[in-house]
Amino acid sequence: MTPTPVDPSRDPAHPRESALITITLDGREVIGRSGQTVAGMMLAAGIQQWRRTSVDAAPRGVFCGIGVCFDCLVTINGLRDVRACLRRARDGDVVVAQHDRLPATPVQHPDPS
Amino acid sequence: MNARHVVVVGAGPAGLSAAAAAAERGAAVTLLDAADQLGGQYWRHLPAERAGDDEAVLHHGWKTFQQLQATLEKSPSVEIVRQAQVWSLETAGTATGSQDAAAALQVLVGEVDGPDRRALTLAPDALVLATGAHDRTLPFPGWTLPGVFTAGAAQALAKGERIAVGQRVVVAGAGPFLLPVASSLSQAGARVAAVIEAGTPSSLAAGWLSKPWQLVGAAHKSGELFGYLTHQLRGRIPYRTARAVIEAHGGDRVEAVTIAELDRRWAPIPGTEEQIACDAVCVSHGFTPRLELAIAVGAALSADRFVVVDPAQRTSVRAVFAAGEITGIGGVDAALVEGRIAGHVAAGGDHRDRALGTALRDRLRTTAFAHRIEAAHGIRPGWTGWLRPDTIVCRCEETTLAAVHHAVAATDSRSLRSTKLSTRAGLGICQARICGRSVETLLAEPTDSTEPPITAAPGPGSDRRPIVTPVRLGELAALAGVLVVIDPPSTSTPVPAPATPPPLES
Repeated sequence: MTPTPVDPSRDPAHPRESALITITLDGREVIGRSGQTVAGMMLAAGIQQWRRTSVDAAPRGVFCGIGVCFDCLVTINGLRDVRACLRRARDGDVVVAQHDRLPATPVQHPDPS
Repeated sequence: MNARHVVVVGAGPAGLSAAAAAAERGAAVTLLDAADQLGGQYWRHLPAERAGDDEAVLHHGWKTFQQLQATLEKSPSVEIVRQAQVWSLETAGTATGSQDAAAALQVLVGEVDGPDRRALTLAPDALVLATGAHDRTLPFPGWTLPGVFTAGAAQALAKGERIAVGQRVVVAGAGPFLLPVASSLSQAGARVAAVIEAGTPSSLAAGWLSKPWQLVGAAHKSGELFGYLTHQLRGRIPYRTARAVIEAHGGDRVEAVTIAELDRRWAPIPGTEEQIACDAVCVSHGFTPRLELAIAVGAALSADRFVVVDPAQRTSVRAVFAAGEITGIGGVDAALVEGRIAGHVAAGGDHRDRALGTALRDRLRTTAFAHRIEAAHGIRPGWTGWLRPDTIVCRCEETTLAAVHHAVAATDSRSLRSTKLSTRAGLGICQARICGRSVETLLAEPTDSTEPPITAAPGPGSDRRPIVTPVRLGELAALAGVLVVIDPPSTSTPVPAPATPPPLES
């Protein structure tokens, strides 16, 4: 009951088999093929959510899939805010899910009245 | 070399076609695209190392794409720059070094969102904007759950990654685009539980059947549509009209959706709800043109907010042309023919030139097609009836409908800017690309039925983005020494760069 890669042996497009690569998401190994995007590798491995939102700590993953919505942001090799749906994965990429919490104490604004 | 320099932004059908036509007319062409492959969203495809021997089965017009790509790649007068993100555009001025330049573009070239991209400044004689469009998805309760995708995402993942977003998928929204999405999904092995189209049978009939001769005229397009319809009938995918997904259910991912019947205004009819179990739902209610660059250059927009062009695809700004979906949602045939005209004229040709052949006549047909899409599937105002007070409207900032209504009442203002600042709706990292137009609709909606309808102020609204896309501060800092400084035009927001670059610290 998750996103599923097309079975290569039954794919009418007959894509070539590229090299196997491994990345990690929060330490967990994810195996895929060279040429996939980071989001593509995670979805193909059945991972549908990674980021947590700031206000509700709600799970997010891919929404628009074409770099417009920024829901799929991850930290890759220490670089924050990378769109997982656009970034091609490279063997050994260390991917960390982002959860940017709001400040513990709300920012105090002067009373406008 | 004295050839005119034409820059084309966007390498989808319109941009590819424009670049090829401009090169054919003798121009020196620079073709820019933010992606690392040509083709745009329409011909989004597998990366070279996974290219499919039979990839044509996933696409319409694949041969056209391959021919355009081959022509451009082997043309000595065409420079293709992939992974090129235009992040700012200034109208031409003294500092571009040429009074005659169409505009000055600031471009970052390199891996997406990367920190070390190369800066490029272009000041061409003519500019063709072919920036395309992205899905427009109206908010509904539960639309932030993982497993809810835009229809474009399902399409991109199917074509570019060979992934089906779910095993039992509901495709919903409005427009002919839902059909190829359903088709791609079933080709990728998913079971499409239903296609839910908001258009009512009467509007669909008015749009598609009132002028059947046009359907014959737009031969390619109708062939494509009928192809999808037959494919669907063969696969027995239920196609249900005058209905919408009004809620997605699930704990931390989608498990089911509620659909309801809609009236002519797209307001859900109480008592008609039914649930459909699914593990993914793909929703698109049409497309939003990517207008940032057109707005930055000062091009006039129509009331329904597309770039206004003349028969030669000229915008209201000298030497700036537009083609494809930013001039109206017309599909691939329109994009190809508009691109061809734009490229030819941008390179110094005339739109009545014999070299363009039947292009002008072809465009009449494709323009008619765009009108019919709007007539049959255009968003109707009743959709706000499926929102609840706690429905998130702005996905980035998690602003609810109630928060927007509260701000309107408390500030007695329906200004987009005021609402943005008081509720944060549209202030997040997507720069209001997803919620902007929905928030505009909500602000223009009378709070009770006794109020007269509110006319939204004309203008670029939420589509004005002086910084076209998020850029890292480090990248901006590194640019300070090389930025071309331009007198800011009075009509647009100035560049982020200071008039005098600050001394670099390093």
